[in-house]
Parts: sequence; structure tokens; C-alpha cells
Amino acid sequence: MKLKYFSAPYLVWMVVFILVPLLMIAVFAFTNDDGGLTIKHISDVGQYANIFVRSIWLSLVATAICLVVAYPIAFILSRMDKHKQGTMLMIVMLPMWMNFLLRTYAWMTLLGNNGIINHLFGLVGLGPYKLINTSGAVVLGMVYNYLPFMILPLYSVMEKIDKSLFEAASDLGCSSASVLLRVIIPLSVPGITSGITMVFVPAISTFIISRMLGGGSNLLIGDLIEMQFLGNSYNPHLGAAISLVLMVIILVIMTVMNQFDPDDQVLM
Amino acid sequence: MRKKLFTLLTVIALAAGLLSGCSSSSKADDTDGGEEETAAQTLTVADPDYYTRFKGKGISINVYNWGEYISTGADEGTLDVNAEFEKLTGIKVNYTNYATNEELYAKLKGGGAAYDVIIPSDYMISKMIKEKLVQPLDMGNIPNFKYIMDNFRGQAYDPGDEYSVPYTWGTVGIIYDTTMVDIPPEEIDWDLLWNEDYADQILMFDNPRDAFAIAELMLGYSLNTEDSEELEQAAFKLRQQKHIVQGYVMDEVFDKMEAGDALIAPYYAGDALTILEGNEDLDFVVPKSGTNLFIDAMCIPASARQKEAAEMYINFMCEPDIAYANIDYICYSTPHQAAYDMLDDEVKNSHVSYPDSEFIAEKTTVFVNLSDDANAQMQKLWTEMKSAEDENSNRWLMPTFLVICILIIVFVLVRRHIKNKKDIF
Repeated sequence: MKLKYFSAPYLVWMVVFILVPLLMIAVFAFTNDDGGLTIKHISDVGQYANIFVRSIWLSLVATAICLVVAYPIAFILSRMDKHKQGTMLMIVMLPMWMNFLLRTYAWMTLLGNNGIINHLFGLVGLGPYKLINTSGAVVLGMVYNYLPFMILPLYSVMEKIDKSLFEAASDLGCSSASVLLRVIIPLSVPGITSGITMVFVPAISTFIISRMLGGGSNLLIGDLIEMQFLGNSYNPHLGAAISLVLMVIILVIMTVMNQFDPDDQVLM
Repeated sequence: MRKKLFTLLTVIALAAGLLSGCSSSSKADDTDGGEEETAAQTLTVADPDYYTRFKGKGISINVYNWGEYISTGADEGTLDVNAEFEKLTGIKVNYTNYATNEELYAKLKGGGAAYDVIIPSDYMISKMIKEKLVQPLDMGNIPNFKYIMDNFRGQAYDPGDEYSVPYTWGTVGIIYDTTMVDIPPEEIDWDLLWNEDYADQILMFDNPRDAFAIAELMLGYSLNTEDSEELEQAAFKLRQQKHIVQGYVMDEVFDKMEAGDALIAPYYAGDALTILEGNEDLDFVVPKSGTNLFIDAMCIPASARQKEAAEMYINFMCEPDIAYANIDYICYSTPHQAAYDMLDDEVKNSHVSYPDSEFIAEKTTVFVNLSDDANAQMQKLWTEMKSAEDENSNRWLMPTFLVICILIIVFVLVRRHIKNKKDIF
């Protein structure tokens, strides 16, 4: 019982900075300037359906690429010598020490029409290709920025899998493919789900990546919300409504995700 | 005017050892400019007594300005304006930056932030006056208003000059690469931005007001039109341009134009001069058919706590020496007669910074605030224009997404079913 008192600071924090703002978003979404109740703003969100679809699609693609790239890396990492693991983990984390904006800005110079990548292509007589201001560049930005968030949870789950389990599976006649499918993957499901959550949720609500790498014509939900507050017309009600719809979408997708988790634990 | 990423750029440029600063002279004689600046700028004020009233009272004021929009003394021999003010008056200046008018507006509208001096642009000033977010100035405390040129007084956004003191102004024009665009500068007009020959080499403003203004100029509409039909026509014009636009950008223009990633971009004259210094092939023209003239002016928010000290600060900014130091540093055009007189002849005669007054009177328009409806419509048209898909990607995006959703749901249901069966045993 006594332990409960120790959670008081966080409880206060949660109420003041999480619960109250969430309620305020809901209130803003359902009210007018004059305080009257309305669902106009929620229904207005419908006209931006294509932006929602694009955001979901691009962040799903980015999450899938992250998973495919991160899974082998995390596995190799978890099977390394203990002291090497520390160094490798640091290398994975290294880009995150740099400012997010600066990292994305660097990609602008790399991908530009006269950028380094096109310059290299030019040396072997190829290109220049249109790399920047495409949806591909936005996905690249998401993968680059959020890859560590996929690697870390996968690694921490895989690290705990006992090596003898693989040996036992092999002894009992599993091929290496079925060791992967029937031992490694099922045991790393918690890591996969939390990795997907940690990449997908920030990716779907990002806005600066699409602005910088998408050239402004690959609008995402994040840009749309930003435009309601800092754009030409100040429209906090519509902004709140879009945020609310976005939260519901994430909630639905996460609920679906959690179906895969053996313990049905909530990972949000 | 929009310096969101400028600070970042400065950091990058510094790292590369490329920062040359923005001297008042043109790129042709950069070395001369450097020598001139070694003669340190000094400060003399007309009426020192006026400034010492609050000395020793421990007052502080909060100044909220655009990034890179004041002389900071970073270059040798230039004045650190805020430090000089503190030295002279004993009033502490808390100086912070914003990147867009809208950010400033959101801060003031949201309440909670107490600023004493702000420097919004024309249309935002009229919006703030209308919503009573700024308060009338006591011109008795700002005698230096006398230096403001006549043609910058009584502007449409503040007809009685009650709320604002002009700080800088400028025009919007086109930056282009002279080696790749072989059109003589006198023939360049806004239609260059719609020229298919330069497809994918054109940058465009990433804010609806400036982008719509260009379309409205081409269509011959007023830049302050609220007519729903005309706004739709302008949006249609912008949509026609979309397929040849490389990107919709604001301060990224600095990087992209200097690196030669794009050939053509519309931008603000003051920033354009800074960009020209970074790439010799570039030039800047103000299209003859007309353009938008913007004015940034100093105001005092209604929520200000130190009104008199704020007025003192505004007056100080209008001291000839200070106004000159600022304008010399930031490269925008000045509405301040005494500061203008101090500039080099070369700058004074530059068509970029100071187009002739006939052109200004007849061909330029200053923004005023649009009605809420017109703003909302513009925002909506802008979002629609930007989010309109290319036809080829539209076809498979939605169906694929739906199929994936259905597959996931089926998979989950089947899994559940199997699991439940197992549990029976």
C-alpha cells in the first residue's frame, strides 16, 4: 500500500501534462469559437482523407523497411561478444546524439540535384536522378531517423533468448530456417511489436521530414496540423479535430498490433 | 523576413568557414566592404537625458523579433544594439526570436507570453489592431518617428500611424541563375515561374499568402482580394504550376540556390542579397509588372508590462546611428531617412534594395489582413493544391492500403480462432 505514495509525483505529472491536455484537445475538437458544441470540425477532417492515407501508407512502408533492416542487425548484435555489443550499440545510437533537424537537413544536401549522391552518379555517367522532393525521400528520412527505435527493443528482447534454445531446436531436427520461424521470431514478438509502435507512431505524426525532404508537396498529417496553428489561418479547432482523428487511427492500428502479442499486453 | 532556418544555415556556414557576413556592398566589391567596416560604428544620441529616466530601477523589457534581424555586433566594428541600449538606459533587454508572423500571432493569442516590443509585418499588424492585440503608441515618447520617410507613413495596415513604427521594408522578386536562364533581365516577369523550359528547376514560396500573391499578380487581381472566385482562379493558376515546381520552400531557398540545386526562386529582396553573395551566377530582379511590398514595423502588444520603456526602445531603434547599424547588418531596405542618407551611394542606387519611388507608388501593393473567411478559404485551397496527387500514384495507393488492412484483420481473426480452439484442450 505504501508504495502507492511513491507514484504520486508521476500521477500528478500524468494528470497535469497528459490527461488535461488530451481532454482539452477533445474539447477544442468538438466546440466552436463561441464555445458551442459542434461536430463540424470532425466532419471537415474528411476532406483531408488523401493526406491521411498518404501518411499512413508512407509510415507503414517506413516501419516495414525499418523492421526488415533492423531484425538481422539486432540478431547479430545480440549474439556478439558482450564487450563488442556495447561498442556496436553505441554506433547504432550515435546518429541520435545529433540534432534531429540537422540530420534531416544533411539529407537535403546529400539528395539534392547537385548533391553528393547525384555527383557520384555523374562520375560514372549516370543521372542526375530526381531524389529529393519525392515520397521516397520522405520514407528514407523516416527510416534513417527512426531505425534506432526499431533496433533497440528488438535487441533487448533477443539478448535475453538463451542460446541453448537454438541448439535444442537443432538437436531435435529443426533446419536453420525453422529455427528462425519457430523459435527466434515467436520469442522476439514483444520486441517486434514495441519496435513497430516506436517507429510507426512518431513516423505517422512527423512533419519536418516531409517539409524538408518532400519539398512541401508531400503533405503529411503532421504538416496539416501545423498549418492549422501556424499557417495562414489560425484554426485551433480544426487542428484539434485532426489530432483527435489521428489519435483514434493510431489507437485502432495499435490494437490490431497488440493482437499479435502473446501476453496481450498494452504497449502504448 | 522568414528566417526559420537561417540560424541553422549560419551554423553550417560557420563550420565550413564560409561565413562572409552580409556587408552593405554588392558582391562585386566584397573586399571594399570589409575595409569600410573596420572603421568602427559609433553611437551618438540626440537627447541622452531622455534615455536615462529609468536608470537604476531594475526594469527589463521583453523584445520579440525575427531571427537575424538586428545588429548584434558579431562582425567587427558593428554595434551590438541591445547592449548599447542596456548601457545607455539601464534597462535590461530580454531578446528572443520567432520565425513567422503566424508563430508570433499564436503566441500572443494564446496568452501567457508578455512581450513589450514586437516587429510583425504589415498584414499581421492590421489583424492585431483589429483583434486589439496591440496598443496605441504614445508618439510623444517616440520623437524619432520624425525620421520615418513620408511614403512609409499612413500605410493601409495602420492608417493613423497610431500603432506601429516602420522598421524595415522590402519587395518580392525572382532570384535566378544567369548562366542557365537566357532571358534578358528586363524581360523577366512572373511568368518565368510557369515556364515549362525550366521544369523541376523552380522553387516556390511555402506559404499561401506569398504564393497566392504571385498568382494574383499574373492574373491582374488585387493582392488583397477577398473575392472567392478570384482566389479560386489563383489557386488554379498555382495548380497549373505544380508539376514544374521542384519544391515548396521558405528558408531552404538559401541552401538550394547557393548550391545550384534550383535555377529560379521567388524571394524577399533583403534575403536575396544575402543569397547572391553566396553564388556569383545568381541575380535578382523585381518583375516590372508589379510586386508585393512588405513592411515590418515595431509595435507594443496590449499585454505589455513596460509600455514606456518599450517606447523608449522603439525610439532608440529609430536613432540614426542605430537604424543605420541595423540596416547595414540585415541588408533589408530602411524607411528611415537619416539611416538611408548614411548608406553608400551604391546601395542607395541599387534597384534591388531601393527601386525608384515611381515604381513603388504605382506597381507595388502592401498586404493588409484578409477577412477570416478569405484566410480560411485561401488556406483550404492551398492545402488542396499541395496535397493533390499525381494521377499515377493515386490509383494504387488507396486499394493497396485497403487490401493490407483487410488481410491484417483476416489474419487476426483466424489467429484468434485457432487460439481459442487450442484453449479448449
